[in-house]
Amino acid sequence: MKMEKLKKLTTGSNKSTTKLIATIAVIVILYAVMTILDATGSLTSLMKGLLVPVCAYSLVAVGLNLCVGYLGELSLGHAGFMCVGAFISAFFSKAFRGTIPDVPRFIIALVIGTFFAGLFGFLIAIPVLRLRGDYLAIVTLAFGEIIKNVINVLYVGIDGKGVHFSLKDMMALGMEPDGTVIVNGAQGITGTPRQSTFTIAVLLLIVAVIVTHNFVNSRTGRAVKAIRDNQIAAETVGLPITKYKLIAFTLSAAIAGVGGVLYAHNISSLTATTNTFGYNMSIMILVYVVLGGIGNFSGSIIAATLLILLPEMLRGLANYRMLIYSIVLIALMLFNWAPSILKWREEHGLKAIIKKKKEVQ
Amino acid sequence: MKRRVFSLALCAAMVASLFVGCGKGSAGSDNVDTSGELTWRIGGIGPITGGAAQYGQGVKNAIQLAVDEINADGGINGYQIAFNFQDDEADPQKAVNAYNTLKDWGMQILEGTVTSGACAAVSEETYADRMFQLTPSASSTSVTENHDNTFQICFSDPNQGTVSADYIADNKLGTKIGIIYDSSDPYSSGVYQNFATEAKAKGLDIVATEAFTADNKTDFSTQLQKCKSADADLLFLPFYYTEGSIVLTQADQMGYTPTMFGVDGFDGLLGVENFDTKLAEGVYLLTPFAADSEDEATKSFVSKYEEQFKGTPNQFAADAYDGVYIIKEALEAADLKPDASNEDICDALISGIQDINYNGLTGEGMTWNDKGEVSKAPKAVIIKDGGYVSAE
Repeated sequence: MKMEKLKKLTTGSNKSTTKLIATIAVIVILYAVMTILDATGSLTSLMKGLLVPVCAYSLVAVGLNLCVGYLGELSLGHAGFMCVGAFISAFFSKAFRGTIPDVPRFIIALVIGTFFAGLFGFLIAIPVLRLRGDYLAIVTLAFGEIIKNVINVLYVGIDGKGVHFSLKDMMALGMEPDGTVIVNGAQGITGTPRQSTFTIAVLLLIVAVIVTHNFVNSRTGRAVKAIRDNQIAAETVGLPITKYKLIAFTLSAAIAGVGGVLYAHNISSLTATTNTFGYNMSIMILVYVVLGGIGNFSGSIIAATLLILLPEMLRGLANYRMLIYSIVLIALMLFNWAPSILKWREEHGLKAIIKKKKEVQ
Repeated sequence: MKRRVFSLALCAAMVASLFVGCGKGSAGSDNVDTSGELTWRIGGIGPITGGAAQYGQGVKNAIQLAVDEINADGGINGYQIAFNFQDDEADPQKAVNAYNTLKDWGMQILEGTVTSGACAAVSEETYADRMFQLTPSASSTSVTENHDNTFQICFSDPNQGTVSADYIADNKLGTKIGIIYDSSDPYSSGVYQNFATEAKAKGLDIVATEAFTADNKTDFSTQLQKCKSADADLLFLPFYYTEGSIVLTQADQMGYTPTMFGVDGFDGLLGVENFDTKLAEGVYLLTPFAADSEDEATKSFVSKYEEQFKGTPNQFAADAYDGVYIIKEALEAADLKPDASNEDICDALISGIQDINYNGLTGEGMTWNDKGEVSKAPKAVIIKDGGYVSAE
C-alpha cells in the first residue's frame, strides 16, 4: 500500500517531465525524418518551403497557449506580438546588412525581436492585467490592429545623416540620394536576408517547449496556475497577483516574437496585412491552441502543423479548397470538443478499446 | 504514461505521413516524363479567393484563353502548353507555397503573380531558382529590383505616377491638386509617392493629401471635404475603380466638381453595378487597355472572354493575355524546346524579351529594358458619352 502510494507520487511528479521528453523526442524524430528526406531529394519543394513557417506558427501557438492555458486570460493579439518581433528584427537585419556578419547579426536580430515583443507585451499587460474579465482580450485585439495600422503608415529610411522617420509618406523623410528606405509604409520591408533554416527553427521550438514546460512547473508557474484557478484564494495566500500575471504574459508575448523573427527571415517581402498579422491571424493562432488542447503545448504544435498543411494539401481541389478547409476545421473542432462526440469517443475510442482488452485479460 | 508516449508517437507518425504523403508528382497528374509527350509548362499565381479575387480570376481566365488559342494553333515551336494556376490569396507566404507547388508540378515559366507584395516574395524565389518570371500586373519596383529574371507587362508604379504628373503639368489640367490614396495598398501608395515627387519637380501645387485604408474604404466624404476646403481643382486618384465609383458619387452629392484624374486602376469604372455612368463623364484615366476599343484584336479577345467566362475582361486580364503571346514570341525567337533546362529557358528568355517589339492588346511596340520594366506609352483617355476617348 505504501509502496503503491509512493510510486503514484513519483510518477505524478515525473509525468510532466516524461511528457516533455516525449514531445522533444517527437520533434527531433520529425526533424531527422525531414532532413533525411531532404537529403535524399524526396521532399517536395512545397514541403521544404513550409517547414520554417510551420515552426514559426507553432512557436506563436506555444506562446499563446501559455497565456490561454496557464494564465487563463484570452489574448486576441498574438499576431500583433509576432508582428512586432518580425518587423523589428527584419528592420535590424536590413539596416545592418553588410556592416555586421551574417551569423551574429541574425542572433542579435533574434534577441532584439524577442525583447521588443516581450516589452510590448509587458507594457500592455501593466494596466490591463490589473482588471478582471475580458479586458485583456479587448485590449490585445485593439493592440494587434494598432500595430498593423501603424506599420502601414510608418516610413523609415537611413542615409549618411542618420535615421529618418515619418508617419506621412516617403517624401517626408527628406532622404539624401544615397539613402535607402527600409520600412516603406504599406509596402513593408522587402529584401530581408533569408536566414531562417529548418535547423534553427526546430532548435528554437525545442527551447521554447523546454522554457514553457519549466516555467509552468516552477514556483512562479504554480503561482500563475493558482491565480488562474482561484484568484481570490491566491490573493488571500498573499501572492502578488499582478507580478505573476505580468511575468507569464511577457513570456508568452516574447515567444510569439521569436515566431515573428523566424517568419520575417524566411520571406523577402514582409507586409502587415489582415491575413498576415491582423486579427484573422490572431484568431487562427487561437484556433491552433484550442484545437490542440488548452494547456497542452505539444497539442498546439500538432494542431498548427496540421492546419497549416491542410489548405496546401487541398490545392488539388482547386476552387473548392477553402470550402473544404472550413468544413474540415468545423469537423475537427466538433470531434475534439462537442460533448456528445466526447462521450461517444469515451465509449468507442482507442482508449476504451485498450481498456476493454485489459478487462478481458 | 506509456500510453501517452504511444499516442504522441502515433501523432508524430501521422504528421510525418502528411509531409511525406504528398511526395513527388502528386501535385500534377500529368508529369512530363511519364506521359511521353513533351509540353511547355507555364504556371500562374494569383488570388482567386479573398478580397483581391477578381483580379486573379481575370488573369487566370485570360491566360487560359490564350493557352487554348495557342494550343489549337499548334503550340509553341510545335509543342503544346500545359497551364496550372495556383491561388495565393494575395499573401506573400501563400504565394511562395503556391510557387513551390508549381515547381513540384514541373513549371518551366511563371506568369505571375498578380499582386505586388506577393510578387516581391516570389521573385526572390524565382531569382534563386533561375526561373523566368513575367508578371502581368505587379507594378511595384520591389518586384524587379535586383532580379534580372523578372519582367513586368504593366506599367511600373514610377512610370504611372511620373507620366500622370507630367501629363497634368503639360496640359495644364489643374493648378491646385488634391490627392486621395489608399495608404494600406502598395500599388496605390507607390503611384502616389512617384506622382508627388514628380509633381514637385514640375511645379504643381499639391494642396491636400488624404489617405484611406483597406478597412475603411466605403466612405470618402471626409477626404473629399478636406480637398474641397483646400480648393483643389484637380483630384488625383491612384486606386481601383470600385472605390473610384464611390468617390465620384460622393463628390457629386457634395456638389464638388474638380477634374478627376485616375490611373490604370480606374479602368472598369463604367462597368460598376448601380453606378450612374454620367458621373464618370470627363474623368481622365491612364489605361493601356479599353474593353470597348474598336481594334480587331481587342474585339476578338473581349468577345471570346465574355462568351467563355461571362463578364468583361479588365486590363489585368488583357495584360495576362498579352503575356502568354510575349512568352511565345520569345521562345520562338530563341527556338527552344521544352526539354531544355529551366535555367537555359530563363537565360534565353531574359535576352530574348529584350529584343522583342510586341504589338498587343495593351500597347503598340512594347519593349523591355534590362531592369525588367516595359516601355509602352501610357495612354491618357477621357470618358465621354459613356466611352473612352483619347485625350490627345
